[in-house]
Amino acid sequence: MTVLDTPAWRPRADAAPLLPDPEPYRLLGTPAAADLDPALLGLLYGQLVRGRRYNVQATALTKQGRLAVYPSSTGQEACEIAAALALRPRDWLFPSYRDTLAVVARGVDPVEALTLLRGDWHTGYDSREHRVAPLSTPLATQLPHAVGLAHAARLSGDPVAALAMVGDGGTSEGDFHEALNFAAVWKAPVVFLVQNNGFAISVPLAKQTAAPTFAHKAVGYGMPGRLVDGNDVAAVHEVLTEAVERARDGGGPTLVEAVTYRIDAHTNADDATRYREESEVAAWRAHDPVELLERELTARGLLDDAARQRALDDAEAMAADLRERMHAEPQLDPMELFEHVYADLTPQLREQAAQLRAEMAAERQS
Amino acid sequence: MTTATSAADRAAAPTRRPATMAQALNQALRDALTADPAVHVMGEDVGTLGGVFRITDGLTRDFGEDRCTDTPLAEAGILGAAVGMAMYGLRPVVEMQFDAFAYPAFEQLVSHVSRMRNRTRGALPMPITVRIPYGGGIGGVEHHSDSSEAYYLHTPGLHVVTPATVEDAYGLLRAAIASDDPVIFLEPKRLYWSKADWSPQEPSTVPPIGRAVVRRPGRTATLITYGPSLPVCLEAAEAATEEGWDLGVVDLRSLVPFDEETVAEAVRGTGRAVVVHESSGFGGAGAEIAARITERCFHHLEAPVLRVAGFDIPYPPPMLERHHLPGVDRILDAVGRLQWEER
Repeated sequence: MTVLDTPAWRPRADAAPLLPDPEPYRLLGTPAAADLDPALLGLLYGQLVRGRRYNVQATALTKQGRLAVYPSSTGQEACEIAAALALRPRDWLFPSYRDTLAVVARGVDPVEALTLLRGDWHTGYDSREHRVAPLSTPLATQLPHAVGLAHAARLSGDPVAALAMVGDGGTSEGDFHEALNFAAVWKAPVVFLVQNNGFAISVPLAKQTAAPTFAHKAVGYGMPGRLVDGNDVAAVHEVLTEAVERARDGGGPTLVEAVTYRIDAHTNADDATRYREESEVAAWRAHDPVELLERELTARGLLDDAARQRALDDAEAMAADLRERMHAEPQLDPMELFEHVYADLTPQLREQAAQLRAEMAAERQS
Repeated sequence: MTTATSAADRAAAPTRRPATMAQALNQALRDALTADPAVHVMGEDVGTLGGVFRITDGLTRDFGEDRCTDTPLAEAGILGAAVGMAMYGLRPVVEMQFDAFAYPAFEQLVSHVSRMRNRTRGALPMPITVRIPYGGGIGGVEHHSDSSEAYYLHTPGLHVVTPATVEDAYGLLRAAIASDDPVIFLEPKRLYWSKADWSPQEPSTVPPIGRAVVRRPGRTATLITYGPSLPVCLEAAEAATEEGWDLGVVDLRSLVPFDEETVAEAVRGTGRAVVVHESSGFGGAGAEIAARITERCFHHLEAPVLRVAGFDIPYPPPMLERHHLPGVDRILDAVGRLQWEER
């Protein structure tokens, strides 16, 4: 045996097939769009219109004091909707804090999806029932969870895939690296969706990475990278669906970079005029995910004024319901603070619960 | 599948013979893997090698790579993946190779493992055991001898358990793995090769997590300790008889939950207490224990509760560590300062 015969010497995979396309993949407005299923496009359109309205309504709720904060995904609705719709019922979604919309599109009650941001409980929906992990605030930390869940499913012979969402800023975290490495080594059925929206709060892409694209990072881990126009909902949906199916069929993980733009500030508490030009925002407004699909549908005769109005009315009804229910004061039981720390209360927590109960009783009497 | 103890062995009358803590821990992992298909062991070098301390020796051979898995070298990734596995319904047992190598996993531990049950109102419990060899006294170079318990016990949602005997090593590890809460299982690495008469056929009844035990009754003062400092305290108590002191020794076994009742009862019986641990004293477990003893036993105390701990310094290089670690003399000095009346 010489070094040439040892496993360490030779490359372990051919890099070329893993490389992303040189330009973001697009469908809408291209000849390939003619093959798209009208029913799917109709479904995506209805969800996009609802999604846009949801972002507007949630932002309004922050101004009315009903939400502590809202990180808007306005401009990124195509990614949010496509991510949710690429999954089957038994698959799992692992969202970041900007992905409330994907959580809602997955079927979670819009009010339950907002409890984190309203502040009445951290996670308001049943993660196990909906197969949606809690919205993750610490950046990229949800990615290894997705890998572990997908790995566990694969070990159990269970055809379940996980889709994990992260932003461009999150790719700089160590957990991003560790998750992708584990996923590739374990061939875990997981898809990583990087929404490259141009900014990590105020820090632009150039200060975040020197990689050719985020999709190129896949090659270093030994998984395919896909680059897609993140505002083209048909393209994102197709790329994610293919990746999820491939994962479920034992093909291993995929890294998808969706190029998009954060139209709103980081949150309602942020002032984006301090770090970016309005001309850039205007350029992206002209590449709006809802309008891109509208143009396609209209050109193909799949959307008339009546259908558009139906979609808007449906979104308005959702927003009105959300508004009304969010204006109701949440019913809180402070004693619940102690209930879910451990399976059973420790002696010390029993004492502290008794203390709080007494304090509340005294408060009621005064 | 073969295990170290075959069915025939188990049918035979149990014989107790000298066994090490390392063997008891290995047996606990084997028995947990056998008892529950949801149990998965994972970590760095835990497979073919059997772990750098050989605690997982033979598990991959006997249970397969899917049940005892060599992972990439990344502690946050290991624990983060364990979180996802627990979400799916598995019961991961993670090995961190050394105390100080567990720090990269700290964010996953504090931000997710400890809070997931609370965050999700119980929908996603985290039945994860994190095994961490800890403590000094083995001549390890930097980053191989930390006592990291204070970081963990300050984090609500975690149980923090540390055995000091062969029997407890088995019983507490089985209890930790069976627990539906995350357990930081701190293994005193210098006691890995300590021996006791023990039978893998009748390993021990499982002590519930959260119960301290009186290792030695005493009438004149109480030493409260855990993990690697237990043998030192027992030695000190023996030596103290020459001074006319009858020292009791309480082994906490679990820092969280903390067994206040056993500790308070022992201290009320003596009126004097010294808390002993290896980790630095400032902000350490001993500070919390001393405060609780004072709150609960003030009128029984004849002297302030004292602490004997490691100095407030980064863990020393191995050639100097004996000056840092609490030894018999430092414990007896503290006992001597417990405001004894003239004798």
